[in-house]
Amino acid sequence: MYVAVKGGEQAIGNAHRWLADRRRGEREQAELSVPQVQGQLRLAVDRVMAEASLYDPELAALAFKQASGDLIEAVFLLRAYRTTLPRLAESVPLDTALMRIERRISAAYKDIPGGQVLGPTYDYTHRLLDFMQLADGEVPAPERAEAVRAACPQILELLDAEGLMEREQDDGSEPFDITRDPPDFPVDRATRLQMLARGDEGYLLALGYSTQRGYGRNHPFAGEIRQGYVDVEIVVDECDEPVCIGEIALSECQMINQFGGTREAAPQFTRGYGLAFGHNERKTMAMALMDRALRAEELGEPIIGPAQQAEFVLAHADSVEASGFVSHLKLPHYVDFQSELELLRRLRREHAATQPADNPMPASPEAQSS
Amino acid sequence: MNGYNFAYLDEQTKRMIRRGLLKAVAIPGYQVPFGGREMPMPYGWGTGGMQLTASILGQHDVLKVIDQGADDTTNAVSIRAFFERVADVETTTRATDASVIQTRHRIPETPLVQGQIMVFQVPIPEPLRFIEPSETETRLMHALEEYGVMHVKLYEDIARHGHIATTYAYPVKVDGRYVTDPSPIPKFDNPKLHMCEALMLFGAGREKRLYAIPPYTRVESLDFEDHPFEVQRWEAPCALCGSQESFLDEVITDDAGGRMFVCSDTDYCRQHSEEVA
Repeated sequence: MYVAVKGGEQAIGNAHRWLADRRRGEREQAELSVPQVQGQLRLAVDRVMAEASLYDPELAALAFKQASGDLIEAVFLLRAYRTTLPRLAESVPLDTALMRIERRISAAYKDIPGGQVLGPTYDYTHRLLDFMQLADGEVPAPERAEAVRAACPQILELLDAEGLMEREQDDGSEPFDITRDPPDFPVDRATRLQMLARGDEGYLLALGYSTQRGYGRNHPFAGEIRQGYVDVEIVVDECDEPVCIGEIALSECQMINQFGGTREAAPQFTRGYGLAFGHNERKTMAMALMDRALRAEELGEPIIGPAQQAEFVLAHADSVEASGFVSHLKLPHYVDFQSELELLRRLRREHAATQPADNPMPASPEAQSS
Repeated sequence: MNGYNFAYLDEQTKRMIRRGLLKAVAIPGYQVPFGGREMPMPYGWGTGGMQLTASILGQHDVLKVIDQGADDTTNAVSIRAFFERVADVETTTRATDASVIQTRHRIPETPLVQGQIMVFQVPIPEPLRFIEPSETETRLMHALEEYGVMHVKLYEDIARHGHIATTYAYPVKVDGRYVTDPSPIPKFDNPKLHMCEALMLFGAGREKRLYAIPPYTRVESLDFEDHPFEVQRWEAPCALCGSQESFLDEVITDDAGGRMFVCSDTDYCRQHSEEVA
């Protein structure tokens, strides 16, 4: 005899306890601590902070641990926490030209004022599994320069002098805040950049890649990629100067792209821009490609690739939204399914009634072979 | 609950949502954009409905939560437990005792009365979305009341299948103006929307839209004179309570094709069984 689905509450409780047990893993192994995650899995922590749009390495590490390493789940955890936080102040715009550089490269110029700095990168590692890491061993400290590196000028500003690079100026307008108000398509560039900044890295990477393969191609040069620390300043009523409240790690990418010019405007280089919390180089490069691709309409370029369609790209970039809606397919759909079943049975009955009574059965596979 | 405001959302956010709701009530069936927040449940699992419920809930409200008509499906259990935890409100499974009913995919069989509020969870609020994917375009179509494409779609169904092949989320016209998605309720429930005594609110969290059907509003399901709107009917009554009026779920009872039909509305089924007994 059928019994209506009872006991959902108990099932949920049991599922949560089992999940906690799985997360803890074998008890002979020491439990993973949040400081360990924060210190040793920092790229995961940085990605969680970037896509959750909350700069808090400790809580991002907690979310990563709580999610058993599922990055999208961790982003969701941190996002859901972020939305409950009060807005105490707004910072003055960050000045990445004053960044304390850890890494800074340009693919456009061989030698640049301030120099090329590789920093802690995987770029030139040979992707050979290092079996030594299976065993415990101390890693020697790297050698460090004595002097603190001075702030480096932005490479793209050097092109400005000749008028080769399009100028971008702060018009002082209040940017739209996608975390407070729903984006209203078509959206301006500041809004687009916000949506790209919290967009899923894999998604942006794939779409950015598609532009390189010809779906909206516009050859980019990595004008400058920099990583390091930037002061965050706020304006306080009693003080004349903005007050520094701390520093955050940032990655920034400025792509240089061609632009053919129009009757009014001479040909010049245009920019694609990417910015993310922490060490998120791949993300910022993908974001810069996408920023430039989405400027097609503004620059009067033909829209031929999916990566250039703003509403398509932006409405599907958020991993929290995307994974939520895909995973909701796991929820019961008994009622809708029943409605479809009823219709399908009726259509099939009517279809059968229209067939001649002596309609032969479908031929067997053997009979069909020719 | 410690560390969180009553009903989870902060008061500023609730006020923003209530302002949106007032606009929605003033323009029945119109989709009002609102600054949707992340909720601690995934998008697509009722975050829009939860934000509306959180915004209107008072300490003396009695809340009922259903999914597929049932109070004890896992997601209904989860949402009910959430509001018990963050708002400490009284909850019920009886439709008649509830002041606020949050629902996914069904309207209770028991007629709603004046003073009650239904909150619908909505996945895709735009009824024109599957005809026109761009939001910029569909907004313009609503503004110009350009709904011909919807009738063309229904006509194509008839030409192809002999029937309108939309069985749930069946589009309605609210107060003779806006074509509106009633959320994925079966079309069986559409007639309950017409001149309903209760206030009906619709929240789409991921899409950041809310809309409303105020009490005593005309709601017509789109159809044609020669193909009038009709609802699903079952040949057998509910196997548990014997009702011939309710929407029935099919339940597979064995692996030899055995099946039975029971009410999807568990509260109604229980009440009806008690009345019959």
